[in-house]
Amino acid sequence: MSAPGTTERMTRLLSLVPYLTARPDGVPLAEAARDFGVTERQLRRDMELLWMCGLPGYGPGDLIDLSFEGDRVRVTFTAGMVRPLRLTTDEAVALVVALRALLESPGLAEREAVSRALAKISAVAGHAAERSAPVALSVDAREHALAVVRDGLERRRALHLHYYVPTRDERTERTVDPMRLLLVDGHSYLEAWCRRAEGVRLFRIDRVDDVVVLDEPAAPPPEAHERDVEGGVYHPGPDAPLVRLRLAPAARWVAEYYPVEDVREVEEPAGGLAVAVRTGDLAWARRLVASLGGGAVVDEPVDLAAAVAGDARAALARYTGG
Amino acid sequence: MNLVIALLGTRQYVSAARIRATVPGYELDDGTERADEAFKRMFERDKADLREMGVPLETGRTSAFDTEDGYRIARADYELPELTLTGEEAAAVGLALRLWESAQLAGAAQSALVKLKAAGVDVDPGRALPLRPRLDSDEPSFEPCYAAARDRRLVEFDYRRPDEGAPARRRVQPWGVVAWHGRWYLVGHDLDRQAPRVFRLSRVLGAPRVSGPAGAFEPPPDLDLAEMVARQDGGEEQLVVVRARPGTAIGLRRHATALGPAADGDDLLQIRTTEPRRLADELAAYGADVLVESPQVVRDAVVERLTRLAAMGQPA
Repeated sequence: MSAPGTTERMTRLLSLVPYLTARPDGVPLAEAARDFGVTERQLRRDMELLWMCGLPGYGPGDLIDLSFEGDRVRVTFTAGMVRPLRLTTDEAVALVVALRALLESPGLAEREAVSRALAKISAVAGHAAERSAPVALSVDAREHALAVVRDGLERRRALHLHYYVPTRDERTERTVDPMRLLLVDGHSYLEAWCRRAEGVRLFRIDRVDDVVVLDEPAAPPPEAHERDVEGGVYHPGPDAPLVRLRLAPAARWVAEYYPVEDVREVEEPAGGLAVAVRTGDLAWARRLVASLGGGAVVDEPVDLAAAVAGDARAALARYTGG
Repeated sequence: MNLVIALLGTRQYVSAARIRATVPGYELDDGTERADEAFKRMFERDKADLREMGVPLETGRTSAFDTEDGYRIARADYELPELTLTGEEAAAVGLALRLWESAQLAGAAQSALVKLKAAGVDVDPGRALPLRPRLDSDEPSFEPCYAAARDRRLVEFDYRRPDEGAPARRRVQPWGVVAWHGRWYLVGHDLDRQAPRVFRLSRVLGAPRVSGPAGAFEPPPDLDLAEMVARQDGGEEQLVVVRARPGTAIGLRRHATALGPAADGDDLLQIRTTEPRRLADELAAYGADVLVESPQVVRDAVVERLTRLAAMGQPA
């Protein structure tokens, strides 16, 4: 067994000389470190090691030679290391699969360019790309809306949206200043400053029913900051009320789909799961519970259970009465 | 490193003894068994490391007079072929690789990026694109399932379907792992059910076990992984007609066809579905705003849901 990181460092060392060879005028050390995803200190250590490597004989004319001018580094003797190593299967898969996904997500990049890049990469990846890939990414997106949103972003123009809000079952109209496009959990989102709400909002592209690019420039105010979407797009405040549910087996998917806490198995209902969902929007919780059709029992808040039951009784009256 | 340079620089096969004598870093031959052992161990480890990195290390003999196998690296098999990308193509590659950011193949994506840059391709991810795509996922069973699909080895795991209480052991020939609508799925041939199956990785319990030899099976030649996942919840299409109060059920109208007004002033809507149960869930959630006209099974399914909901909050 080798120490962890040994092959990783070796892979980097093998790429370093070809990287410098491809940049005959030299490259700033900081830029090289960034390209390799390591610290400058680590890169310096790598280079010190390279100085001791070379062709058998290992005399002054056989060893790899690098020269530093100011903060720039370039290679003066390559010892025959002019091209990087071929792509491994995993690297080829990562490239080919990601390009295929991009090809299927219209609006994210120029389709023709992606298609040409895919052909070229597949050609150099050789056998690694020929086999059916062991992984696939499928990204859904509304083609038209995404293309218009992207156009607005690139030209830095404000957008006018017709947007469906499922938690309130409403179609809203608003003017927004687009900031960026995101892909989270397989859905495309527009992050924008909403002039109506006077805040940064995420708009799921498949809920955009109509969008036009306006003539006026996009001008998100200075207080418009990009949100952290590391843990998903849904960030209820810590003070948001807790909704406690007991999920029957058929409704257990709720625990996979929404951020839940206090998860534990329960006897009643059999095979059930007790969860707590934090939400600032009880209308959303009401719709969720109703859409589970009795698959979830509301333990808290009591009002929520009563509201859902009341809605259901009113609906039943229409069936029995008419 | 020196080993790679030395073996790249030669057309001849180089014997282990010669490598030991010329490449620095190896325990030299001083006649003792201990030194021989140390050299062997280190040389074996280095060969394994190189092969793991994908260095095409060949063994063979240059002439019939050689008494033992030697080693060499064929430059043509080692080097990444020439690759020229336009600015737009390189930007597409950079953007595509960002799809893996913080996802499972992030390491492979990063080292691929480094190799492309080393090949002189200026891949600058996200350059001039106000985009930040990302495929979020943190699925511990991805790694073994992906590796098993890549190497075509058998994988076994405990799997719990949400509608079944107890998990069941599944033995699968994995064809591939698919991210579909933000979730990871394993697609493969279920050995016990003797049929293709789709598994959601988040429902796999514990660590999957990979076993048996590599290349143990061959996925179907016309395999479309994403299509298989998309198809799994497909069924026969049904037409459902409902009455909706004007101005309500906006979400339903987004995928419905308006059939005009009904006698009582409600709007008549027609919805096509392959999943009547899921539609019944949605319809029940609209409460009194939506009334199902036909078919009877969907009407009954909605009434059944409403009846259960109406009982909520009352002592059982």
